[in-house]
Amino acid sequence: MSVDSDRGGVRTVVADAYRGALPTLAVSAVGGLVAGSLLGGMEAQLSAIEGLLVLVPAFLAIRGSVYGSLGSRISSALHQGLIDPTDPDRRLATAAVAALANGVFATLFAAALTVAVLSALGRPVAPLGTFLVVALVGGVLAGLALTAVVVGVVLVGYRRGLNPDDLVGPAVTTAGDVFGMLALIVAARVALAL
Amino acid sequence: MTDRWSVRSITRTLLPVLLVLTALELLSGLALGSFEATLLEYPSLLVLVPVAIGTAGNLGSVLSARLSTAMHLGLLSFSTEDDRLVGNVVASVLLSVTVFPLVGAGAWALTLATGRANLGPATVVGVALASGLVLAVLVVAVTVASTYVAVRFGVDPDDVVIPTVTNVCDVLGVVVLVVVAQLLV
Repeated sequence: MSVDSDRGGVRTVVADAYRGALPTLAVSAVGGLVAGSLLGGMEAQLSAIEGLLVLVPAFLAIRGSVYGSLGSRISSALHQGLIDPTDPDRRLATAAVAALANGVFATLFAAALTVAVLSALGRPVAPLGTFLVVALVGGVLAGLALTAVVVGVVLVGYRRGLNPDDLVGPAVTTAGDVFGMLALIVAARVALAL
Repeated sequence: MTDRWSVRSITRTLLPVLLVLTALELLSGLALGSFEATLLEYPSLLVLVPVAIGTAGNLGSVLSARLSTAMHLGLLSFSTEDDRLVGNVVASVLLSVTVFPLVGAGAWALTLATGRANLGPATVVGVALASGLVLAVLVVAVTVASTYVAVRFGVDPDDVVIPTVTNVCDVLGVVVLVVVAQLLV
């Protein structure tokens, strides 16, 4: 961006910012709608596991933070030449394991906190055990799916000459919402079946 | 360098922030929980939840990334005379007003497709548009204010503002959607 275009006035800045962000917002809105439709189909589980809805935003946000950070870590490493895109090494595996471990731990924490806060507020809430099963199963399933998506998108994008920094954000928000909700549904079913 | 790539060192950087943000997200969960009966009654509103959270967070992160970059290039001043600041703020509002009605229409269509639409399309689009407008104003206020504070304290806005704004916008997304829906439905 040249200095001249910076002085092009408000109109140029607006047009530039609008055009730059609209595709990303639209793509992740589609992902969000799919996730919403999955959430809308969860009425049975939401009623059966009291307080589960309270966990949903934290559950989705943890995926976004952990796998967004994994994606930008891998893409920085590619830029620095620390990871060979045709032969990903142990670094990549370490980063993926760290993401999975942190994601699952934070989800267990969110589940325990949900039960604690709802009990303290005197609101109805399912037993801690049920929540921990949901968090563990959901965290692991979503983690495996998202690791595959993030690593795949970044490495394939890089090999095709795209800047992985531009791909990570939209890929993580979209896949994070969709796979996060799918994992949460499976996890809620598992917890109810146990 | 190898040390930066150990599970332990990644965890040390990531986990503290993650746990704080998780606790913050619980606020948005509690807002949702207190509105659970209405959300289960009107599935179109439940469908709007993830997309409202996500879009608000995205608007905030796009704006803060742009403001941070402008700041690093020395092109940002916090004044209503600043074309870059004003232009990005206006763009955020326009983006919100573009995306939210479409999202509302999509949410209504999806509930219709699953045979559970019990709110009219105008109501769902209206809730989405009104939430989008309110959120745009709040997102802009939070983002500009936190970028200003970061710059004042000499902190790199890339490190602090984006995670803060994304998560605050997540919480605001739910709260605004819930309040607007209560007023309009």
